[in-house]
Amino acid sequence: MIGYLIRRLLYSIPILIGVCFLTFVLFYMTASPTEIARRNLSAKNPTAQQIKDWEHQHGYDKPKWQQFVDTTEGLFLLRLGRSDSVKGERVMTRIKESWFPSFEIALLSFTAAITINLSLALVVAYFRGTYLDIYGTSLCVFMMSVTYLVYIIGGQFVFGRLLKLTPVAGFLPGWESLRFAFLPVVVAVISGMGASVRQFRTFMLDEMNQDYVRTARAKGVSEAQVLFKHVLKNAAIPVLTTSVQAIPGLFLGSILLESFFNIPGLGNYLVDAINSQDFAVVRAMVFIGALVTIFGYILTDISYALVDKRVRLE
Amino acid sequence: MNPPLLEVNSLRTYFNTPAGLSRAVDGVSFALLPGETMAIVGESGSGKSITALSIMQLVPEPAGFIESGTIQFNGKDLLDLTWEQMRSIRGRQISMIFQEPMTSLNPVFTIGFQIREAMLTHGKYRGDAATARAHSLLERVGMNSPDKVLRQYPHELSGGMRQRVMIAIALANEPQLLLADEPTTALDVTIQAQILTLLRDLQRDTGMSMLLITHDLGIVSQVADKVAVMYAGQIVEQAPTRDLLSNPHHPYTQGLIASLPSRSRRGNALFTLEGVVPPPTRWPGGCRFHDRCSKRMEICNTQMPSTTSQGEYRSVRCHLYPSAEAVTSQEPTR
Ligand SMILES: Nc1ncnc2c1ncn2[C@@H]1O[C@H](COP(=O)(O)OP(=O)(O)O)[C@@H](O)[C@H]1O
Ligand SMILES: [Mg+2]
Repeated sequence: MIGYLIRRLLYSIPILIGVCFLTFVLFYMTASPTEIARRNLSAKNPTAQQIKDWEHQHGYDKPKWQQFVDTTEGLFLLRLGRSDSVKGERVMTRIKESWFPSFEIALLSFTAAITINLSLALVVAYFRGTYLDIYGTSLCVFMMSVTYLVYIIGGQFVFGRLLKLTPVAGFLPGWESLRFAFLPVVVAVISGMGASVRQFRTFMLDEMNQDYVRTARAKGVSEAQVLFKHVLKNAAIPVLTTSVQAIPGLFLGSILLESFFNIPGLGNYLVDAINSQDFAVVRAMVFIGALVTIFGYILTDISYALVDKRVRLE
Repeated sequence: MNPPLLEVNSLRTYFNTPAGLSRAVDGVSFALLPGETMAIVGESGSGKSITALSIMQLVPEPAGFIESGTIQFNGKDLLDLTWEQMRSIRGRQISMIFQEPMTSLNPVFTIGFQIREAMLTHGKYRGDAATARAHSLLERVGMNSPDKVLRQYPHELSGGMRQRVMIAIALANEPQLLLADEPTTALDVTIQAQILTLLRDLQRDTGMSMLLITHDLGIVSQVADKVAVMYAGQIVEQAPTRDLLSNPHHPYTQGLIASLPSRSRRGNALFTLEGVVPPPTRWPGGCRFHDRCSKRMEICNTQMPSTTSQGEYRSVRCHLYPSAEAVTSQEPTR
């Protein structure tokens, strides 16, 4: 187990370096430091000297390989540096400010989604082949076909405008935040529901056809016990792994969701940085995204080994 | 004479398949006395497993269904029971073990859990008594360290060990009838013999009846009191084991015996039955065996033979053995 973790962490080093390199190359393909300097200094109609100073100050005057080595080293040491924007605030400070809204919404929608989707999948699996199953599965396909935007705008209209139950958008700290998180969470859960329920149902029905189910029935075990004990514990393995895999995405915040609901989370931070070509921030956020994703995969493997006794992490 | 424990009459189990109606079991009748062991022998695809699953009413749904027939167990027709009534018989009065020991146990539960569950489901043994019995059952089926095995998961055991566990589960509630569907087919030859001996000993010790399904006629003489030979969804010959092996009537039985390795004359090539069992969606007209039969006559192409009794304990379904009093009426030829 320990050996496995060390090996996975070592493997992740080249992956992270690759991610940094790609970001670096893509950045230089789409923007030049001079342009960024001009943009950030534009109000004062910068002179060539001012631009030079700006580039020097932000380290863009060094040779490219040196820039790459310096920034990558900083990221690996979690010295995320300062933003390229006028204010030049520390990236770490902004992350500390905006991780919570993303995390709150991610955690709530993750737990709500897995509970609701698994329960619904169990119900349709139990009534497999009946009209409930057929209509339920059709509804899932319908829900999958409706785009995310419809859920966002529809949710804002129904809950925010018509029923006036929740704010349409925005965010406040503390307990107040739950009021603002409600609608984004509902939208996140409902928009993923169709695909998840259908997928979980497939996991259960796959298990239903296994030989051990026939053995359980031959022992006289009731259908409810077959489903809720024998099948559920086996189906929990793929359910868990697909769900844990989704955690990194959730944690970075759904970019669309955060911008539509105007939530000051990490997703919004990243979008703003991309819009203003703030390379320092984009670089740091992409790196952290990669880090969280790698962490998510390790978590998936560990959870896999915990539920499935046949799996050994070596 | 004792009344039979199990009496199956004109059982027909069909499947709706994309290729049409599959008549996998098509008019099977036999009886099993208390304490008796009967073997059902036949090539793969002849309907042996489906016959056993029909008795358990565990035919794969929704494609499969029992079309007609009766299955009398202790004088009551199992096909009249509700699902819940049938559930209280499964694993308690009738148990079943399967051909695939590698996949028949649930991978995420311990062996101890799975043996105890068989008992707790029916409430015959509870709590510590169930645990103690699980322990002694594992000992009885020949496991070396029962304490350890109780805590193990299926993947930690070999195929032979898993089949022993399946046997322990099947015997947990002291059933009156054990259905063993090719219990040794998936195992190594040496293990096959051990499991077979174990089943025979357990049957003798407990006095239960046993239906042993196999495609290997070679193993029946050690275990079975009588044999039913199955072909294309029907029983073509039934006889006490010794009579069947020494004097087979049906050309199909003769072919099966001739192709046993132990029976081949030294220096002679091993006899092989040509062809395979046809698919159950398209049984041949006339006698279902006619296109593979070495003794085919004109009538075999067009008319299905009926089952005729040959003495008190034997019956055969073949035009070579006509009889004044046919046991079953003429089957329609389709
Ligand atoms: N789930 C199923 N769906 C459709 N047909 C089936 C199914 N299971 C078995 N059959 C049919 O029943 C026939 C007999 O099967 P089976 O009883 O398993 O044969 P045996 O055990 O003698 O090898 C097979 O040839 C197959 O065509
Ligand atoms: Mg079979």
